[in-house]
Amino acid sequence: MPTDLRINGKTHQVDLPDDVPLLWVLRDEVGLTGTKFGCGVAACGACTVHIDGEAVRSCQVALSDVWGEVTTIEGLGSPDAMAAIQQAWIEHQVAQCGYCQSGQIMQAASLLAENPAPSDAEIDEAMQGNLCRCGTYPRIRAAIHSAAQKMQEA
Amino acid sequence: MASFKKIARRSFLIGSAAIVGGVAFGAYYVSRPAPNPLKPAEGEAAFNPFVMISNEKITLIAPRAEMGQGVHTTWAALIAEELDVTLDQVEVIHGPAATAYYNSALLGEVIPSKGYDKSRFVHSLGEALGHAGKLMDMQVTGGSSSMKDGYERMRAAGASARETLKLAAANRLGVASSQLSTRDGKVIAPGSIEISYTDLAAEAAGLEPVEAQLRHRSEWKLLGKAQPRVDMPGKATGTAEFGIDVRLPGMKFAALKANPHLGGTMNGFDASEALRMPGIEQVVDLGNAFAVVANNTWLAIQAAEAVAADWGPAPIPDTQAEIQDAIRAAFDAEPNSTLRDDGDVSALPQGAQEVSAEYEVPFLAHATMEPLNATALYDGSKLQLWSGNQGPLLTRNHCADALGIDPEQVEVNTPLMGGGFGRRGEMDFSIYAARLARQMPGTPVQLTWSREEDMTHDFYRPGAMARMRGAVKDGSAVLLDGQIASQALTPQLMNRWFGMTPAGPDTTMVDGAFNQPYGIPNYRIRGHAADLQIPIGAWRSVGASFNGFFMESFVDEMAHAAGADPLEFRLALTRQEWAPAAKVLEAVKDMSGWTGTTPDGVGRGVAMTYSFGTPVAQVIEVAEEDGLIRLRKAWIAADLGVALDPQNLEAQMFGGMAYGLSAAMFGEITFAEGAAEQGNFPDYDAIRMHTMPEVEVRILEEQSHISGAGEPGTPPAAPALANALFDLTGRRARRLPLMHDFDLLI
Repeated sequence: MPTDLRINGKTHQVDLPDDVPLLWVLRDEVGLTGTKFGCGVAACGACTVHIDGEAVRSCQVALSDVWGEVTTIEGLGSPDAMAAIQQAWIEHQVAQCGYCQSGQIMQAASLLAENPAPSDAEIDEAMQGNLCRCGTYPRIRAAIHSAAQKMQEA
Repeated sequence: MASFKKIARRSFLIGSAAIVGGVAFGAYYVSRPAPNPLKPAEGEAAFNPFVMISNEKITLIAPRAEMGQGVHTTWAALIAEELDVTLDQVEVIHGPAATAYYNSALLGEVIPSKGYDKSRFVHSLGEALGHAGKLMDMQVTGGSSSMKDGYERMRAAGASARETLKLAAANRLGVASSQLSTRDGKVIAPGSIEISYTDLAAEAAGLEPVEAQLRHRSEWKLLGKAQPRVDMPGKATGTAEFGIDVRLPGMKFAALKANPHLGGTMNGFDASEALRMPGIEQVVDLGNAFAVVANNTWLAIQAAEAVAADWGPAPIPDTQAEIQDAIRAAFDAEPNSTLRDDGDVSALPQGAQEVSAEYEVPFLAHATMEPLNATALYDGSKLQLWSGNQGPLLTRNHCADALGIDPEQVEVNTPLMGGGFGRRGEMDFSIYAARLARQMPGTPVQLTWSREEDMTHDFYRPGAMARMRGAVKDGSAVLLDGQIASQALTPQLMNRWFGMTPAGPDTTMVDGAFNQPYGIPNYRIRGHAADLQIPIGAWRSVGASFNGFFMESFVDEMAHAAGADPLEFRLALTRQEWAPAAKVLEAVKDMSGWTGTTPDGVGRGVAMTYSFGTPVAQVIEVAEEDGLIRLRKAWIAADLGVALDPQNLEAQMFGGMAYGLSAAMFGEITFAEGAAEQGNFPDYDAIRMHTMPEVEVRILEEQSHISGAGEPGTPPAAPALANALFDLTGRRARRLPLMHDFDLLI
């Protein structure tokens, strides 16, 4: 039974078993590879996307449970039209290997949507589920503060 | 062109090295230039293997693995500096697998000298041995060697292309090259005439490359300054293509399952249940593993769990205690190496106080964020491979062997890597994909490892132990006698890479211990090889990853026994021996406002390790908060000789430290029946946003040679933290990970 999914403003018809996690629908079926597979058990945050604006681990959301509009890193902004938070990532030269950064950015974007000026403690709280083996955390923190400031000025 | 005399000298030097390393090379092969692998189209010029210009664009080839260290950007900057282009005018690609892309610096590092005191002879020996890299298909990214390797060669490649373009312009305009200058991808002639490089490509293609002198550092425009990384926009927008993101028309998705009992055989499997599961197309025998092929990776991973396999046992002791016993037993055997033996350690200097301690560290997994994977397409005679790997030629050769085809029939594409840390220098994930593709001719297939498969089939950082004995007198160290026991990495690695097992001392086992710039008059380090068959590999900073902890914990213990301040104690030992080491210690002293005392509830520790040519000092401050210990702040100073990109070097330093802290706090792989007991991040965690300290980095340029950046930030992290915990709690950490013995915030 094909399922209709709204992803980044477009409708996609997907024909996969109900229990396939959203992550693998995005990556292997829809062809949106910006969302990454890291652990499959919600322990690293690399697969973070938004469903109706809320940050979720897409490796834990079954296809049949997707309850709203999905936004992935590709939907947040593109190289030619980046979101403010993506620009902040460039400004602070955050990424090293970069594999976790889609998830970091999606998590940070949802934090800023809820809390336009997070403190360091609030950043710790919101971001601790997102693992980065390169240890880019100091620059992630700086980029979040900087994006917060830019978004408030805008 | 090298003169005969120079070739003869190299031949002699390599002859000498052959005795050390058990490998022989002829001078002819060493000096023969490798062919240019770039195949320019009509109107396109490949000036050398690193610069290609068409009538539309300028392409720079950075044939090193981009696994996060920023090598594509700095490598391209070396070429761009002399070529007179800006990085936003060029496209930077990894390029093909080719002998021309050998790493001249990596092999030079295997010479068992202390390094920091490189004599002229040893230095030229290292350079000469480096040329042997070409012979051994050493297009390898590792050993923090890329900038050492590329520093002169890439600027020369850029300069030569620039002068050739000027000659093409001179010919066209009928003026002398000396009247021309270059800027931002253009040749500029008198009378405000500007010709873009792309416009000159077709004419330049017909010219012999022109040699050129390198510019003095004072003329640099790009190098020495922060360059925006060329991979950053892709990585901030999800459009950067990692190996796991390769998508080909008609591609199938497969999951791997190999014998969890490492080194054991696969005696057969029953896939009948798996084959009834949705989306599953076939289950393929890969020798000691099988692959489940499906239309979706997750379905394949699920089905792989439903295959009942008959796994043979591992040639590894059944329990962790027996493995530790085997490492400990190595102390009783003849040493594998005694690479430093200064003075006389047999007698205790008169009036000196003896200090001794034993340390132990566990096996570790690499745990790159991107699980291992490779994509392959076999058309019946040729193999195309997409594999995030640190050694494209080795990958090509091994995949060719596995399929019984010529290496020329294998095309290796090297996409971005979601972390490498040494793991992607292995060929297993590529070979499995090649074997799978051979059984599905004409159909591209991506073979992905689950996180569990990745973590339980690593080539682990070996577990290691140390027995340290020292003596202090008048506030200083007068004796240090260290024994290190672990499996020897070099024979295992060389066997996997080249099918040969060199005899002789394993430098990696004692790296970070025998070669420390401490002027201790009686100083001996011996390595003891443990007889175990656990698969081990190069893990960011290799032997220095454990020896940094052993040495710098013990130096700290000696400082306390001597009643000296641990930082001043190290300063006194390094000042006379090698000034750059003292300078990095002075830098962290200054940055941290080190006074030698800390308030109640706060602890500070210092450590300094010299590795991959770079001395790095770190001070870490910990504080007790609500009954838990938090890492509050870290200060890092490193001397790179030449800081090509300070902003990227800063990232490598705090990133290297974070990798070391992750292992020091949480990292541990244990084995039962030869199978790793940890499979995913919940039992192999790493430092996170809330546990990472605030960091401050200072890059120095005191030493005479450019040195490595990717690894040297890692070794001092564990001892600096352990020493800080001692300062805070009065308890000495002699084993890792620290979470077992300290109430760390996690």
